[in-house]
Amino acid sequence: MTKHSIFKVFVPADTTARSMGADAVAEGISRLAATSKASIEIVRNGSRGLYWLEPLVEVEREGERFAYGPVEPDDVPGLFAADFLNSNDHPKSLGSTESIPYLAAQSRLTFRRVGITEPLSLEDYETYGGYKGLEKAVGMTGNKIISTVTESGLRGRGGAAFPTGVKWKTVLETPAEQKYITCNADEGDSGTFADRMIMESDPFVLIEGMSIAGLAVGATQGYIYLRSEYPLAIEVMTKAIKIAYSAGYLGKDVAGSSKTFHLEVREAAGAYICGEETSMLESLEGKRGQIRFRPPLPAIKGLFGAPTVVNNVITLASVPIILAKGADYYKNYGSGRSRGTLTVQLSGNIERAGLVEIAFGQPLGQFLEEFGGGTATGRPIRAVQAGGPLGAYLHPSQFKTPLDYEAFAEIGAMIGHGGLVVFDDSTDMGEQARFAMEFCAIESCGKCTPCRIGSVRGVEVIDKIRNGENEHTNIELLRDLCDTMVEGSLCALGGMAPFPVISVLDHFSEDMKAHNPKRI
Amino acid sequence: MSTVYKYYRRATDFGTPEITSDKNVTLTIDGKQVTVPDGTTVLRAAALDGINIPKLCASDMLEPFGSCRLCLVEIQNKKGLPASCTTAVAEGMTVTTQSPRLADVRRNVMELYISDHPLDCLTCPTNGDCELQDMAGAVGLRNVRYGYEGSNHLDTEKDNSNPYFTFDPSKCIVCSRCVRACEEVQGTFALTIDGRGFESKVAASQNQSFLDSECVSCGACVQACPTATLTENTLIEKGQPEHHVITTCAYCGVGCSFRAEMKGEELTRMVPNKDGHANHGHSCVKGRFAFGYATHKDRITTPMVRESIRGPWREVSWDEAIGFAAEKLKKIQKKYGQGAIGGITSSRCTNEETYLVQKLVRTAFGNNNVDTCARVCHSPTGYGLKSTMGESAGTQAFDSVMKADVIMLIGANPTEAHPVFASQMKRRLREGARLIVIDPRAIDMVRSPHIEAEYFLGLLPGTNVALINAMAHTVLSEGLEDEAFIRARCEEVAYKNWRKFILDDENSPESMESHTGVTAEKVRQAVRLFAAAPNAAIYYGLGVSEHSQGSTMVMGIANLAMATGNLGREGVGVNPLRGQNNVQGSCDMGSFPHELPGYRHISDPSVRKLFEDEWNVELLSEPGYRIPNMFDAAVSGQFKGLYVQGEDVAQSDPDTQHVEKALSSLECMIVQDLFLNETAKFAHVFLPGSSFLEKNGTFTNAERRISPVRKVMEPMAGLEDWEATQALSNAMGYPMNYSHPSEIMDEIARLTPTFSGVSFKKLDRLGSIQWPCNEQAVEGTPTMHVDEFVRGKGLFRVTPFVATDERTTSKYPLLLTTGRILSQYNVGAQTRRTENLKWHDEDVLEIHPHDAEQRGIEAGDWVGLKSRAGETVLRAVITERVQPGVVYTTFHHPFSGANVVTTDNSDWATNCPEYKVTAVQAQKVTRFSDWQEHFEKFEKEQIDLLQQAQNSSEKVVS
Repeated sequence: MTKHSIFKVFVPADTTARSMGADAVAEGISRLAATSKASIEIVRNGSRGLYWLEPLVEVEREGERFAYGPVEPDDVPGLFAADFLNSNDHPKSLGSTESIPYLAAQSRLTFRRVGITEPLSLEDYETYGGYKGLEKAVGMTGNKIISTVTESGLRGRGGAAFPTGVKWKTVLETPAEQKYITCNADEGDSGTFADRMIMESDPFVLIEGMSIAGLAVGATQGYIYLRSEYPLAIEVMTKAIKIAYSAGYLGKDVAGSSKTFHLEVREAAGAYICGEETSMLESLEGKRGQIRFRPPLPAIKGLFGAPTVVNNVITLASVPIILAKGADYYKNYGSGRSRGTLTVQLSGNIERAGLVEIAFGQPLGQFLEEFGGGTATGRPIRAVQAGGPLGAYLHPSQFKTPLDYEAFAEIGAMIGHGGLVVFDDSTDMGEQARFAMEFCAIESCGKCTPCRIGSVRGVEVIDKIRNGENEHTNIELLRDLCDTMVEGSLCALGGMAPFPVISVLDHFSEDMKAHNPKRI
Repeated sequence: MSTVYKYYRRATDFGTPEITSDKNVTLTIDGKQVTVPDGTTVLRAAALDGINIPKLCASDMLEPFGSCRLCLVEIQNKKGLPASCTTAVAEGMTVTTQSPRLADVRRNVMELYISDHPLDCLTCPTNGDCELQDMAGAVGLRNVRYGYEGSNHLDTEKDNSNPYFTFDPSKCIVCSRCVRACEEVQGTFALTIDGRGFESKVAASQNQSFLDSECVSCGACVQACPTATLTENTLIEKGQPEHHVITTCAYCGVGCSFRAEMKGEELTRMVPNKDGHANHGHSCVKGRFAFGYATHKDRITTPMVRESIRGPWREVSWDEAIGFAAEKLKKIQKKYGQGAIGGITSSRCTNEETYLVQKLVRTAFGNNNVDTCARVCHSPTGYGLKSTMGESAGTQAFDSVMKADVIMLIGANPTEAHPVFASQMKRRLREGARLIVIDPRAIDMVRSPHIEAEYFLGLLPGTNVALINAMAHTVLSEGLEDEAFIRARCEEVAYKNWRKFILDDENSPESMESHTGVTAEKVRQAVRLFAAAPNAAIYYGLGVSEHSQGSTMVMGIANLAMATGNLGREGVGVNPLRGQNNVQGSCDMGSFPHELPGYRHISDPSVRKLFEDEWNVELLSEPGYRIPNMFDAAVSGQFKGLYVQGEDVAQSDPDTQHVEKALSSLECMIVQDLFLNETAKFAHVFLPGSSFLEKNGTFTNAERRISPVRKVMEPMAGLEDWEATQALSNAMGYPMNYSHPSEIMDEIARLTPTFSGVSFKKLDRLGSIQWPCNEQAVEGTPTMHVDEFVRGKGLFRVTPFVATDERTTSKYPLLLTTGRILSQYNVGAQTRRTENLKWHDEDVLEIHPHDAEQRGIEAGDWVGLKSRAGETVLRAVITERVQPGVVYTTFHHPFSGANVVTTDNSDWATNCPEYKVTAVQAQKVTRFSDWQEHFEKFEKEQIDLLQQAQNSSEKVVS
């Protein structure tokens, strides 16, 4: 049998696709292929991130991939019956994958291989442009690598949006025998999954990004602090690291640079607070996940007291393409001071949930329209929570705000890690305000007083307001408490948990009343 | 001179620890220019200038933490409200500590605290001394708008398990000061915060009670607590103190400075003095809590006399007792000669008292029969260091350890015996210094939380010299010596001799391996680490001195330090860890039969002349009896009278049965003590002693630091110890007329070059002084031998290893070694009369599982321990802390009879007993030993005799 006569069938194997039945679909396809004597090769690729279409099955014909979705296991016989290997004549046919508008409208830089390649195939990775960035970095000085990253305008994608190059430069310029690169992969914000997708679907890009960071600042050891609730990501990353070691991309002579970079996965402790960078460092050191005060910045005194880069997965995964294609290439995307692309994770009550990588600058409302396609319930959108559980609830009157760090900050909101959670008009926003305080109370490390006691009192005061007890004075107290938490808290958990509460007080105050019809 | 009284006030707290820097930074705080060392926090900079920024989680004993959020400030050009405790000063910084915005945040944070706090201030133990209360006042909290019906911790239960303090979590504000104190100050890591968020709570070990946890009850947490969560039980019982007096602890040789916090003449609590130079505000369970013995009902407060040691006591007046004693002593001298009496000074008494006792012996008794308990502990240190370097004392200050890169710990167990210094050493080790431990037993320092010895050389007892020689051999044979130091600082001929000796193959690690049981490679590696360090320091204890070659080993240690150039600066040195509070001082004060104060030999006519002129007597040029000689002479009938101040030779000295025989043969034994101790059971005259709280004077600790001891209450028996000695002298016919111990110190200063600059006045001013203190060193000498050794050039002494006679045989196949435990102190006379018994109510025998199994011994079994000297019975603890072939016990309880088993073997140079090596057999038994049965009978008889006397005097009174 000659090679071109084998059809490649792609069935994604990331956690989302699997949770939607991808394994059964793959098994069904393979079984029926055997019976029908079709010569196929099933590739378990990563997900394209079009989650409303998962499991998204693709067939490669003459170099082009054609999609079907969402494919249920029961659809498989029908696909064979419709000769899906050769023809697009099936109700679930989506045509050429690249032409699906949801995908076609994106600017996939960081996610350029995600869903296309087989995650653990180093050959795939290299074929699709992998390790080009590292190759360039090997020939550059640390300073040069850092200036490239600085010029690209890349900012921390974990939420704080701190310029990555500036952080790296601090680490480079802090003299120390040992430095570290740590990747914060404790992705815990509600409605976020971009980190997981990278780690499950394109693990080498993170390894490459961390290796470049290591070369840049002179760190010889990296750690990926990986969320314990992500067993598949842990498995894939661990395997990928092993492969990278045997291929000479990690170890004592990284890609022939004669420089050392070791990398390990550390399973996280299972607490939201460990996703805060200083808590993460404590946890990595084997201690209780508790906030450290700053300064000293981790870049000066971080892991085990050594200068440490702490970056989010997406930040580090964006580095290879910046090095491979140059700072300008990346910088040319985006608007204002928000350069490059934003990986929006769209979820909640929305018709088309998934991952959307686009250049910064598109207005929120337009984005929701174009990609989201309205709520799943068909009711009007009441609010969007942007940037995780500590982000403000945005009112439709604010939807004209462009997806841009500064524009969001101006309205008291944040883009954070890029999660957008959509709520329809049946939502009790008072309950959502309460949830913000409750979340803070549950996840507080307990170190600082405003967060430890304030969040508990916050829940109690909201309950009083919602029960109609001295509404006026208690709202005043709640606002006072929010101010105290914002001004006084040691870290962003206590410092930002009030934002959703304040946004509800400001824009959805009717839902705080005792007789809110939306309350169940 | 009167005691310095200070009205009670909480010690000032500057919020964060002191920073030293060559660079100063000037900033503006509330419009005031403030200049502080670079690296100082804004909080501390403000406090130093008298600007008090509210704070709760910050303390100058602890690293900044930043959790309470009260110390927030506004800083020009800085976003938000930075916490002043975690923000370092910067040149030109402009800080505002009070503004409406800050006031709002602080008041609102306090409101949150108080919404989860009991409102029982008026009946709270720390009412009047509570930082939470103070802060509520400072921020003007008037209302808790949340009400008090929300979630709270008000119903959490108290933990009363610790005898000294109560843990009341309902009052906890989760500032973590206790947890941090346990980690940073004490280094035990017994406390943690369990749970998170609102459920966060302080937990001891694995959520155990304090008593059952790893807590060592040092009290650092109690001191650190800003509320009534951790409170001394004495404070709960008595309320706030009204004044305090700075004084010095009377337990170990660390010599911690304390604030004795008083209500009138009653001691409320002991709080370590943050300005204390030896302890920097830290203490251990003994110093802080175990002071109850000072007012224990067993204290004897009336002088007593009797004709025979099996006869009844008679309570008498001081005059009668002193007269009785003087008569007896004079009679003995008349009958048996001038040399038939003598005295023993105590390392637990003050310098002034000790000085006076030796003066009494040399003047009123007219002989040199004076010795001190240092004979049985650190006499080899005095001898060994004097002969190699020229001064009988350690070379450093404790703080020097903070500059050491490698620490070598030999035969010392600081976490048990010198706990406060152990905490400092651990802090240095956590900062990265590396550790070598040489000990037959795996002490805590070998491995404990955040501490691990890089090399643990677990040698066989009695082979110290073999090991130190092997180490020196490695230094020389591998070319690791500091040639420049040796050439510049040491005697050349002696060095060459020593070099030749030590390079002999018989001293190689390979040759010594069979003696020490430590592999040659391990020895070599440890030495390489030691020799390569920029600063390497040696710390040692009684595991060095209490051997037949104790003096040789001390010289071997000095040799190694000289050969590697580790002397004469901070971070290095030879550091003996002294056992008792004033063992250094008692030696300094001329307590030895051959030496006058300042270690000057009695045979030197010019020195004698100096003292003869001051004292108006003619001194004998021949040294008198050492303690063991006194006992031997007593047994053989030449020595008949003894004055023992504050010592318990019957329990502490080796070969108890021999000691008892000696004491029984005396015709006049005068014991001056707080209690009817073991020695007093053989006494004819009992002079009630005064506790360290009842007298003025000074103690000198292991780092040569002279610290003031202050009278905080009147002596229970009416006289301070020195007054009794003075009375005895006068009664013997030698006049003494001191009106205050300061006059005694003035006399010491007049006669002793190393003390010439010392006075009580200067001590008041400086807090403490490390001798030598004279014209060359007006404020004392932290580091010795800086430019040259006291003797000029350092002298290498040849130290051949001679195995002890005390070796295992088929009859005595095990080696017994003895030591100490944290909660008990020495013979236990004090600590056994405190709640410390909760931790250690009997001495036990540690035995290796292998040896136990061979003998069918199980944990808790009674084991007969027999040596050629005697036999006793102890309960077995089976542990791998001891190596196979070695057993271990302590001697804190008289009934244990540890010293019934130890032998008369002693150091060749100083007669320091070989407590650390006794060949023994251990066997399972079902009854106590003959000696123990005799002890019980004798004990009962003596207690009955005491009670008869006390009862009859009560009748007279009624």
